[in-house]
Amino acid sequence: MHWHPIVILSCVLTLLCARPGWIGAAEMDESIQALMDVGAQGKGHEQAASALRDLSQQPATALLPLLHGMDRANPIASNWLRGAFELIADRELKSGRLAVQPELEAFTLDRSHSAESRQLAFDWLLKIDPDAADRLVPGMIDDPSAEFRRASVQRLLDEALRAHDAKNVAGCKTLYAEAFNAALDPDQLDLAFDKLVELGEAPDLKRQLGLLNRWWLIAPFDHRGGIGFDAAYAPESEIDLQKKYAGTEGEVAWVEKTSDERHAILDLNNLLGRHKGAVAYAYCEFDSERDQPAEIRLGTPNGWKLWINDQPMFAHEEYHQSSRLDQYRTPVRLKAGKNRILLKICQNEQTQDWAQRWEFQLRICDESGKAILPVGAPSSDAEKVSQR
Amino acid sequence: MRTFALILCLLFVSRAARAEDWRQFRGNDSSGVGAGENLPTKLDDPQTLKWKAELPGRGLSGPVVVGNRIFLTASSGYRDDRLHVLCFSTETGEPLWDRQFKATGRTVCHESMCMATPQACSDGERIYAYYSCNDVICLDLDGQLIWYRGLGHDFPNASSSLGMSSSPVVSDGALVLQLDTDSESFATGLDALTGATLWKHDREKSAIHASPTLYHPSGGNAAEVILQSKKSLQAIEPRTGKIKWEVEQPCGSVASSTIAGDLVVAPLRELTVLRPSESAPVPEVVWSDSKLSPDTPTPVAYEDRVYVLKDSILSCADLATGKPEWQMRLKCKQAYASPLAGNGHLYLADENGVLQTIELGGEKGKIASRLELGETIMCTPALAGEAFYVRSDKHLWKFAAPN
Repeated sequence: MHWHPIVILSCVLTLLCARPGWIGAAEMDESIQALMDVGAQGKGHEQAASALRDLSQQPATALLPLLHGMDRANPIASNWLRGAFELIADRELKSGRLAVQPELEAFTLDRSHSAESRQLAFDWLLKIDPDAADRLVPGMIDDPSAEFRRASVQRLLDEALRAHDAKNVAGCKTLYAEAFNAALDPDQLDLAFDKLVELGEAPDLKRQLGLLNRWWLIAPFDHRGGIGFDAAYAPESEIDLQKKYAGTEGEVAWVEKTSDERHAILDLNNLLGRHKGAVAYAYCEFDSERDQPAEIRLGTPNGWKLWINDQPMFAHEEYHQSSRLDQYRTPVRLKAGKNRILLKICQNEQTQDWAQRWEFQLRICDESGKAILPVGAPSSDAEKVSQR
Repeated sequence: MRTFALILCLLFVSRAARAEDWRQFRGNDSSGVGAGENLPTKLDDPQTLKWKAELPGRGLSGPVVVGNRIFLTASSGYRDDRLHVLCFSTETGEPLWDRQFKATGRTVCHESMCMATPQACSDGERIYAYYSCNDVICLDLDGQLIWYRGLGHDFPNASSSLGMSSSPVVSDGALVLQLDTDSESFATGLDALTGATLWKHDREKSAIHASPTLYHPSGGNAAEVILQSKKSLQAIEPRTGKIKWEVEQPCGSVASSTIAGDLVVAPLRELTVLRPSESAPVPEVVWSDSKLSPDTPTPVAYEDRVYVLKDSILSCADLATGKPEWQMRLKCKQAYASPLAGNGHLYLADENGVLQTIELGGEKGKIASRLELGETIMCTPALAGEAFYVRSDKHLWKFAAPN
């Protein structure tokens, strides 16, 4: 484990002024490691609970080591570390001893740390120094953290609104284009998109979201009585876009379809005909620039299964509870070059008006929501606007 | 072994729920009845509003009261992934602490709901906060983390796109949670001290939004936890998960069962009053009535009568026989809050933030007070000590009788 010099200095100072219950750097290291070792299914709780009791008695100098621990912790362990951090920080703040403003600010600005730990550092920095937001957020427009980026984009959107009210059309357009290029969250992208369209621009919303808009579809296969979710029809064992298969109502063939819908919803009722108790498969290929982690973000009101490069990734069977962008987030690994994406979308036999949708939308992005574009994707018009 | 058992008993029984506490959804005994003899009944009297405290996030979860502290969950952030456990003073409404954690499960839900939909619970020494993303947090009363489980991380398929709303209960050193969805369903008991899994029962795949109900059998036997499913109503031992009795009938999926002494008022195919008994494998059916089947709010039984709120119709029936007593149409919108009872009154809250108290005891119910808070209310309030606590989208409110 490699500590930053400030951390080491803090630990030395802590030792010099030690109070009962305070522990040395090595013990702190061990305690933090015990929290980092917490895993799924309650793994490591016993050791972590003991370590947590020790850590909670530590002074503010324990805060940075805890943040460093969060950088390398799994999501569950990260919350254990957060619990220790918040208890110490709250106690020290209330007693007027939370004098770690420069350290928290430096940590917040250091993009090599995880989004989680930086956000926690920033949350507590704001409690000490509420003006820090005005100082730091404008520079976060290209931050890898979705939450920081969102705050920064919001300032651009607010500024664009003021430019609009001041009848500064050119300034307004530039600001919305900057916001559109920087935004990661669909609501901010939607807003900037609408404003740019109103101003005569034609930004590519689907591209900015990383939505896949062109799919090969085949249906219907039998899902009457709910049998289709677990049934493995031909596309699950081979993808041959020229081949025909026996479907529920006779022979079925792959057809290539696109969506004109704003968020690339593929309406299967519209594209393939209205079927109940039916399975559809959707297939596309994605040319990844490199081997990289990614998230497949899916929205559908139907039961679904996902395969990447013939490997099952996730399956979830619920019907007509809702459908929205980013409804399901599945972490995957894309390989460099061509990736095969297969989706199974199951429509049940409910008869209510609200249970008729048979559709999906899918985008590929990184963990923060930034679109991962396929090789050869053209640059967007909005990029050109913001560069003018 | 005996000593160990004794210590366990002392640990969990010595903090037997005090009447002034409100430790879980619909109160310590899952009855929805407050014991206070001076509970406020004229909520429209400005002097009854003692304080209101601002909240840092949304929530459909109701307040938990332990001694002089109120605990509440909330969630915030664009992704609704900031999970708060909040603590306030009952006396002043002053915020005492706010602990934040990061959701590890799915944070998608219906727009009217949020991650802080299930209500927290307490055994008097610790707070157990459970969220729609299936994160479970145990803190002591001073905000020290005791343990953290990410059930959404452990069981990613046990999630619902509408959101999870079942509130856990804690009894006999076990936290009992019900995670029933269309894709994966289970009930589980977690060790209250360590978070370790004591037992896990896979259940029928079907979304259930109702909450486990704590039932104390007559004769001082150990508490049981009642679980609803589309297949049956089950009573289990909280520590082992062992099934004590089962009624094989599909249950309602939203309203929960309520307790009236040794009776269980359960939303089966019809609203059904059951009397469990140690000597019988299946509880005696006292009566059942389809006209009283509840929708979202859980019925409440109070002073020998049962009250069901459906849309804007409040129905009253005799608890012993099911005989209809009276009905009244209320001026209110849909209620997500379950009605509570105490001090001779019913306490109602609708989605638009309209609070009403209904005076009971006569031949008909009578509106005793009506107050519009002007904020959305989707949680079930609390009747703790001599006070009425309710959380709206933006505030936590305390009402108590004028001094």
